[in-house]
Parts: sequence; structure tokens; C-alpha cells
Amino acid sequence: MSAAPQKAKAGGGTIDVVVRAIVPLNDLVTRFEFERPDGAPFPPFSPGAHTIVEMNDDGRPRKNPYSLMSDPSDTSHYAISVRRDDEGRGGSRFLHTAVSVGDRLSVSYPVNLFPLDLRARKHVFLAGGIGITPFLSMIAQLERQGGRWELHYACRSESLASYADDLTGRHANKVHVYYSDRKEALPLEDLLDGQPLGTHVYVCGPKGMIDWVKTTAADHGWPGDAVHAEEFLAPQPGDPFDVHLARSGIDVHVEPHESLLEAIERAGVDAPFLCRGGACGQCETDVIEADGELIHADHWLEDDQKASGKKIMPCVSRFAGKKLVLDR
Amino acid sequence: MTMQFNTETFRDDYSFRNSDWAIRRFPFPFHEDSYMYSVNMEQHRGGPEGSVYEKRFDVDEHYVSEMHDRALVLAEDPLRCQSLPHMTLAGWDLLELIMVSKSEDYPDLFELHRDGNQWRWINKPLGIDDTFTFLDETTLPYGPMEYITRQTQGDFAVLDQREENLWMDAGMVTTQADWSLDFDIGMNFFEWHAPVPRAHEMGIFKRALKFLLNVQQGSPARRLNWTMTVNPRLDTSPENYHKWGVEKTTLTPENIGAKQHLRVELQTFFRLPRSNALVFPIRCYLIAFQDIVTVPKWGRRLHRVVRDLPEDLADYKGFIANRPLMLDYLSQYDDGLPTSPGVWPDLETEPPLQK
Ligand code: HEM
Ligand code: FES
Repeated sequence: MSAAPQKAKAGGGTIDVVVRAIVPLNDLVTRFEFERPDGAPFPPFSPGAHTIVEMNDDGRPRKNPYSLMSDPSDTSHYAISVRRDDEGRGGSRFLHTAVSVGDRLSVSYPVNLFPLDLRARKHVFLAGGIGITPFLSMIAQLERQGGRWELHYACRSESLASYADDLTGRHANKVHVYYSDRKEALPLEDLLDGQPLGTHVYVCGPKGMIDWVKTTAADHGWPGDAVHAEEFLAPQPGDPFDVHLARSGIDVHVEPHESLLEAIERAGVDAPFLCRGGACGQCETDVIEADGELIHADHWLEDDQKASGKKIMPCVSRFAGKKLVLDR
Repeated sequence: MTMQFNTETFRDDYSFRNSDWAIRRFPFPFHEDSYMYSVNMEQHRGGPEGSVYEKRFDVDEHYVSEMHDRALVLAEDPLRCQSLPHMTLAGWDLLELIMVSKSEDYPDLFELHRDGNQWRWINKPLGIDDTFTFLDETTLPYGPMEYITRQTQGDFAVLDQREENLWMDAGMVTTQADWSLDFDIGMNFFEWHAPVPRAHEMGIFKRALKFLLNVQQGSPARRLNWTMTVNPRLDTSPENYHKWGVEKTTLTPENIGAKQHLRVELQTFFRLPRSNALVFPIRCYLIAFQDIVTVPKWGRRLHRVVRDLPEDLADYKGFIANRPLMLDYLSQYDDGLPTSPGVWPDLETEPPLQK
């Protein structure tokens, strides 16, 4: 119909923020707390939501997604916890090394791809490492609503177990921590079997852990819709490649430490996105021609779509070969 | 208060009328001389001043009477408002969205004063001044969704989002075009759309759902839908079909201009922040044929759209039997001249009727 056509900005609205605190938790993880420059409240959010932090890393724009870990009922600030990733591309390293209290950044409106199922009688949370962050906001909300929950948290070692002390101190009976350097294992089969009807399981952690939980739950007769997972796929670095954007009529060179989506944006093309983690489907792009191999790294496309070579998710996926032409 | 509210009815003596102001701002749904289903969503971020698209929740001269009509429907049939237990938080989200939007968009009509969770809500047109505790149901006379939608024009479907689908798990539905909340409650997007012809085969619902699942907080969207109603009745429900179905047979060449109404729904989509649910307000606007044809462009175009609409759509929309009568009437207002693109009346630039 187009009553009053407006061009929507890709990715939706953003919020200007000031860094109000930087709190190192251990060797790898640091918490960043944001407030608004005018002190206004933030929009409320639902637990499990993430925000995309926009950074200017030495002239290179970066947009990285992080789970909001603050209490959703506290709109005075937003907080994220960031694990430094020395191997990975910038972004997390930039936040750790180049951002100070008082700096200005901009963050997206919250987006939730990992919500609580509010019909659940009980919520069982399974966290691996930095995968703890979405559960912090979920726990805050369930505590206030009187919801039933328990947390099982697998970490490498005590010194790297972000928030473990705080959580066990406050909820001794509901929080269970397992340290792999002490050869402690998360007793997945036992805890899946002992749950009351109407329980939902949530897992956030590395891909291996998610696959393990999903397969084990299915083997133990859990319905698929009672098992929820979130894996954040930070775009992996890779070999550089060239791409031709047919609709815009431009050629773009993708550097090793930037994603295809970032390279497209750097060229001034407004491309759609939401999660930047291969999960939401928003950035799906048609491949017009590919002389080489598409390196799919997303959770969105079906296997046959990946095999067809006709679609790519530029937020996480790459290309190796002679020539790539996209409908963008 | 600047706005004048009509005292009018949407039943019995049907005293509903549109003022000239309401006619000029009517959301005419056809941007060209033909119509077919499409994925017709756009951002809902304002619109031209005075248009129904300008505010997040449009308030117009029918507000007070529409709320009265809703109360009558609910008194007869409480199942028009339902909320499954897990949707209460979404109800609070909706209450907050509407109170904040209306108090910001119409400060002379609505006021919201917040001190932490102690809220005071003043609704001047309806004479309400309530103080309550946000998120505490015991402090309101109804559940949060029912409380606020008894004060807001349009129907509301509140959708839970899970398993890559939307579920109609709550709603307030009293001004609907022949569908039933009590029947659809708990259904998913494909199930409640099952009766619609063609659109499934056209792939429209698959793409529309994908769009809706990704509607983001702070970025609402909207679309228009339309149908036909004899007499300005808001409650054309299946539950009450025995009351309004027969009225379709009362049309005559003499009364059609006054009785036959174009019914347009301004549908909007907002992500609700605390619950991650989606709310789908469906705002119904009615206009008599005799009022539409006062805008020459709209008269010409409506004739062409009704004439060329495929049979299955005219049948689904419930006016196939009356189509010949409608065309006899509307053809008087179509002189064959071309029409300007877009939905606006273009009164200054479009020529008057040449016959
Ligand atoms: C989540 C939001 C939505 C809800 C709750 C909703 C609900 C409904 C309902 C209850 C009906 C009546 C079905 C019947 O005959 O029983 C309907 C019809 C229809 N819906 Fe939706 N709908 C939604 C979103 C959409 C969207 C985004 C589209 C986009 C194309 C769409 C397209 C249609 C069409 C084409 C019809 C037939 C209308 C007619 O011809 O009069 N709906 N919808
Ligand atoms: S932006 Fe979400 S899948 Fe690419």
C-alpha cells in the first residue's frame, strides 16, 4: 500500500550510551556497564535478549552482539560481559583495550532470539563458560516472579568462572558449578531424567555443548520445543576474498578480520541484519554467481539450501574462490 | 480538550457518522485501480500530519462511542477478551506501550505519572483517573490487557512467539471482520489464517511470518486490510452473524449509498519488550459509500477495484451477492478518467467528476 513510504534503516533503531563502569571479572572476562548520556531510562527488555554494540575500531566499523546480563527490571543501565578473544577479529579486543569509562558508544535496541518460554513450569539452565550471560537476566526475572529454576554451569577453572561466587552465594540450592580442571562433569543424563513434566531446558555455550544437550535430550524423549539453545557465532576470520554486489554495482574486498556483512557496510551499502550471529535470517542474500566454495557458518539456512549454493548469510559466512556475485 | 467526540451508535439505529475531517483522513486502502493480496508491510514511524498514520495509536472523533460499544459487547459475551496464563506479562507490556504512547502523543487527553511502580493514569475523554502498582494485577479492576484495551480503539491480538511461530494466546476482539477469538485462541499463524483464499499458495503467509518474527523493539510496522460491511456495525462477529448477516439483504438502489460501508483495518505490529510477545492492534475505520464518492479519485478507483476483484476474494470478503448492486451505484461516479497513483485524496489536483 505504502501510505507514507519511509526507508527503514537496516537493523532498526540505536541508543546512544556512555560507558559508566568497566569491571574486570578475571583474566578473560570484563563487564561493561552503560548509561544514557541524559540519564534517561533504557527501554525495558526481555531476558535472553542481546544488543549490538557499534564500535569504531581504528576507522573500521564493528558491530558485535552481546547478551544483556543486567536485571531487566532495572532500566537505569544495560550491562554486558565480554570475553576477550585474542585469536578472533577485533571487537572484543577493542572493547577490552581501547574503551574507557566516559566513552560514548551506540547500541541497538534489544533483540531476543533466546527468550524464556513463559508457559514452562520449571526452567533448567545449562551454561558453558561465557554462555552464562543470558541466564543472569533470566534468573533475575524469575526470582522476582517466583518462577522455578536451576542452573548448571560448566567452567574451565575456578579462576575463570565468571559470576559463579555471586550466584552460589545468593542461590546456593539452585546453582551447581562444574570445573573441568577438577574433572567435574555436568551430569546431563541424570538431570534430564529427574525433571517434572512441563520443564524447559535452555543451553548457551560452545557448539559442542549445544549439540550434546540437544542429542541427549532427544534420546531421553524430550520434545524439541522444550529445549532451547543459543550459540553466538562470532564471525570467524578467514582468507580475504572479493565480491561483486550486482544491484549496487560495486566491487568489495573482504579483509581477513572482517565479515562479509561488515565489508558490504564499509562500502556504504545498507544491508539488512538483526543478530549478526547467523541465527535470525535477516541478512539472507541471493547468490547470483559463485565460482568457488561458499563457506557457510550460520544456523539459518537448511542443509539443502546450503548445498544449492544459491543463498548466503553474510554476517558469518565467507567465500573461497575466483568469483562471487551477490544480489545486493 | 481540542477533539470533539461524537455521540453515536454502531447498532440498532446506527447513528454513526463521519465528519468532513474524518472523511478526508480516511485510510483509503487502494494505491492503484486494482487489488490483490501482497506482503504489504511498511515501517510504522509516523505519517503526514493529521493522517491516521501519524500517531502510534490514533484517537479520533469516534473514540468515546467505540469504547461504549465495546463495553456492550463484553457485557453480553465475556469470551471476547481472553488471556492465557502465561500472557499476563505481555498484558503489562501492552498497557505500558499504550499509556506511554497516548500520553506523549495526546498530552491534552491522556496523562501518565510514574513514580517507580506507582502509576497514575488519567484518561480525560472517558473520565478515568486511576492509581495502581505496575506489575501488580490486584491493583487494577481488570487484568492489564483488558484494562487498557477497554480504553483503546481497535481490536488487539497478543501473540506469543515460540518455535519459529506466533501463537494467538491473548486478545480483545469486539470489532472484527467475521472471525472469532474464542475459536482462534491458542492457534498459530498458519492455523488462524487457514480460511484465507490464495494467499497460502502465493507464499504470502510464509514471508509475512518471517517478517513478523523479526519485528524489533522500537521498530513497529503496519499494513492495511479491507472488507465490506452493510450498516456501520463494529461487531461483525461469527457469534452474532444471526444479527448482521440478514442485514446484507436489506440493500436497495435507494439506500446503498448510506448503508454500504467500506471497512478498513489499520493493522500495526509492535514487539513487546518484557515478554518478547508481539502485539497486533487491528483498528477498524468505517466509511459510507456516499461519503467516499465525495472524493472524486476514490469514487473512480473504488468502482474499478470492486468491479475487477476476483470472485474468490469477493466471496471470502462476503459481498459477492451484493456486488451487482454496488457496481450500479459506484459506476455513476466513474467517468473513466485516469487516477493519480497513491492513496491520498488529491482533491486539489484530481479533476471533479465529468458526468
Ligand atoms: C500476527 C498478526 C496477524 C494476525 C493476528 C492476523 C489475523 C488474521 C485473522 C484472524 C484473519 C481472518 C481469518 C478468517 O477468515 O478467519 C486474517 C485474515 C488475513 N490476513 Fe492476517 N493476521 C496477522 C498478520 C497478517 C499479515 C502480516 C499479513 C500479510 C500479508 C496478513 C494477511 C491476511 C490476509 C490477506 C487475510 C485475508 C483478509 C481479507 O481478504 O479480508 N495477516 N488475519
Ligand atoms: S544478521 Fe542474523 S543471520 Fe545474519
